[in-house]
Amino acid sequence: MEPAGKLDHNYQLSLREMPYIIRWRDDRCKRCGKCTAACPVKAIEPAVKVQRTVRSEGPVPAPVAERKILQVVEQVTDMERHCTGCGTCTLVCPNDAIEAELNPQNKFLHFKNRGGEGYKRGGRRNDPSVSTLDRLKFTRISMLTDPALDAGRHEFRVRTLLGRILPAEELPLKRSNGRLVVDSSSGKFVPPVREIFPIMIGSMSVGALSPPMWEGLAMGITYLNEVEGLPVVMATGEGGVPPRLLKSKYLKYFIIQIASGYFGWDEIIHAIPHMVEDPAAIEIKYGQGAKPGDGGLLMAQKVLKLIASIRGVPQFVDLASPPTHQTKYSIEEAVAKMIQSMSMAWGFRVPVYPKISGTKTARAVLNNLARNPYAAALSIDGEDGGTGAAYNVSIDKMGHPIASNIRECYLDLVKQGKQNELPLIAAGGVAKKGNLAANAAALIMLGASVVSIGKYIMQAAANCFGDEFNRCNLCNTGKCPRGITTQDPKLYRRLDSDKVAERVVEVFKAADVELKKIFAPMGRSTELPIGMSDGLSIDDRAMADRLEITYAC
Amino acid sequence: MCRLAAITSSSYFSPMENIIALETMKEGHDGSGLGLTLKDLGGEFEKLKGYPILSGICSKKGAKTLDDYMDKAGFKLKEIWAPKIKPLKGITPRDHYFARVYDYPASFKHKPLKDREDLLMNMRLALRKIGEPDESIFVFSFYPDVLTLKEVGDPLQVGEFFGLDKDDLKAKVIFAQGRQNTNYAIYLYACHPFFIQGYCSMTNGENTAFVPIREFLMSRGINGYMGYNSDSEVFTHILHFTVRQLGFPLSYYKDVITPLKDADIDARRDRDALRLIKQSLRPLCIDGPNVVIGFTPDGTCFMVHDAKKLRPGIVGGVKGKYALMSEECGIDSAIPKRNKAKDIFPMKHDMVIVKPQAEEVMVWNQLAN
Repeated sequence: MEPAGKLDHNYQLSLREMPYIIRWRDDRCKRCGKCTAACPVKAIEPAVKVQRTVRSEGPVPAPVAERKILQVVEQVTDMERHCTGCGTCTLVCPNDAIEAELNPQNKFLHFKNRGGEGYKRGGRRNDPSVSTLDRLKFTRISMLTDPALDAGRHEFRVRTLLGRILPAEELPLKRSNGRLVVDSSSGKFVPPVREIFPIMIGSMSVGALSPPMWEGLAMGITYLNEVEGLPVVMATGEGGVPPRLLKSKYLKYFIIQIASGYFGWDEIIHAIPHMVEDPAAIEIKYGQGAKPGDGGLLMAQKVLKLIASIRGVPQFVDLASPPTHQTKYSIEEAVAKMIQSMSMAWGFRVPVYPKISGTKTARAVLNNLARNPYAAALSIDGEDGGTGAAYNVSIDKMGHPIASNIRECYLDLVKQGKQNELPLIAAGGVAKKGNLAANAAALIMLGASVVSIGKYIMQAAANCFGDEFNRCNLCNTGKCPRGITTQDPKLYRRLDSDKVAERVVEVFKAADVELKKIFAPMGRSTELPIGMSDGLSIDDRAMADRLEITYAC
Repeated sequence: MCRLAAITSSSYFSPMENIIALETMKEGHDGSGLGLTLKDLGGEFEKLKGYPILSGICSKKGAKTLDDYMDKAGFKLKEIWAPKIKPLKGITPRDHYFARVYDYPASFKHKPLKDREDLLMNMRLALRKIGEPDESIFVFSFYPDVLTLKEVGDPLQVGEFFGLDKDDLKAKVIFAQGRQNTNYAIYLYACHPFFIQGYCSMTNGENTAFVPIREFLMSRGINGYMGYNSDSEVFTHILHFTVRQLGFPLSYYKDVITPLKDADIDARRDRDALRLIKQSLRPLCIDGPNVVIGFTPDGTCFMVHDAKKLRPGIVGGVKGKYALMSEECGIDSAIPKRNKAKDIFPMKHDMVIVKPQAEEVMVWNQLAN
């Protein structure tokens, strides 16, 4: 029986309250100390314990008390240093003596919000359920009346268009000798359009990502474009762009983001006269899926010298982007004015589009954009979208799933006959369970022109520890144990940018193959099956009705 | 598989030629229906070229509704043609098969052709809407100098059923398709050829990209782009949209449904226009497997394939009479005395165009222009 004196009147937590409990095996541990040194949150620490045992040997009882000094690895019960289950300890342990085990009965959220401040974290939602995207199946299989194509040998065009597309009725064309020619005398503005791979890397800023991670992604993208012939583009996020890249010919593979903090834009604007290539597009961020209606935040601990210089701010200060662009209020002003001024900055040669978080009001934004001839697309970031730092409650409980949001927006465009004019970019939870091509194809068939990925590429390219069980999710703290989202050289040196680039290339090449493996049996090869909703089914009647697809069970 | 038989000629001929060609091409279970569209009509219709012909089927009740409706709209009946039905086992006769020739309402007589075409189309759609719920009225076409007949059954038998072997119904362009739609439930309207405002087409194969194309067409704001009991009806509407609505030359129909690869576009003289068309009409790109045979208001006939050429198609004939069919034996039946060496088997980039009055046949190639 525990003496009453040890009870602490609820000030101390037990291990049972923690989301992960460390399983440490005394018999295997050689006390090298690697695990405690590598733990990014200091959830485990070496400890010395004195153990008193009573032994008796021989035919008659002759108890002898022994005191032993033990070196153990101990998990702390401090909520500020809770084990996130990242698994770094397991990775560094030479003898498999330690691992973190999920404690499904944890009472983490009962205790974590301390000091009146909500718990902030980065990374994934705590939602292990199967998403709608993963429940969608491709059930229209070509077979007899329309023979299936051969994904391996057939010619495919897995490309999409980014940019405002003029309706055919408005094209500046005239007949000349039985041919159609562009009528340059019409003075008609033909908006810029890019042909890209239908999966892009979404906005993750320099600053949010570590130098090797960002570099790795950038190198991978460049290799895909220049060597593999896959025109994959990547959005920069709001942190500005490394100065060398701004003036390089590789800028054409990047979508530069402008958000309400305008970080890095002083440098970007000054670099415009020196740019040898236009960026792929400009993305104006109004919202992100993981924390809808909330601004961005790069926490002070990540604002090191390089980041501070790129962003043009002092070191070690919190860099908050407010939830709104502070100079603008109405949608007409906010969107139209920014789109036009950004277009003008690049001589109307670059597509400019806004990014919003998934919301019931997405259609209001969409309708507004549909009437704006300069709006190049609409990016919608669903609830599963990632973040560098957000309140736990925002990540877990706020936002709109992407599937139905993209579908209703697409169908709204169909009603207006503008489904091909304003491309929709879908993001948020794509490849949550690893099914990148399948999720992307499903979104395309629901109506997206482009699919954007963020967390998936971090998981796949850098082996991020994050998962749907709150594993790690330290992105915001600057202590990323993988070196992905940290500015601490000791941590980011763990990541090899060449390896990241290699994986980025592998991921996209594999996705390309898998997309063909989905499109071929559907008989689609020369164009992307955008809106080909007859190809999809779901095993839930209500979902089928909501998405206006067939129900199959 | 659908059998397609189109014949274009400088002199009038009987639709039985098409039906016999269909019979020649028939294999196994093919031939569950017949659709016929006749253009540039001869015989008793020759003197009525300027007057719109309403072709369709109706029940007794439907006939009354139809009469009242047309009367109310100001259309004056000039002539009624009806096939001489020969009851046959296996074909359930409906009450009335008709081709009714009308005179335009007084207010439309001097209006431009486009306005009159819109009126005719809207009348057809209105009648269709009235008759659809109880199947009391089917209307296949309403246009000057065009007649359409459709019925479920073996094509040869349907021909006999309509008495076409005895009737002197003749035309210079006749399209025939030998099967009911298999994609959906059998429905008369789903049998090719499809017709809208002077544009007609019939198709062999299934249209993989049907849903996005249908959505795109229906969102164009044109009343006539509706119905779609068959996935092949969109081909007619793409033709109508490209040539009539957008004013593109006919050859661009091929560029719309099977756009070239970018590298091939660069080699074309009209590359700048083509790039814009490829982007703007991206949803109309088909993936096959299809062969499309069609005609335009001036009587030009054509044949095109999808980009993979997954369905058969052949064109052959002599000056003054050409046949566009899905099988060679069909042409053998229609135009046996021709130089077979000159038969054209269009490849994936080809569009075979037969000029009006079957004057000349030419192969337009997407790459070489």
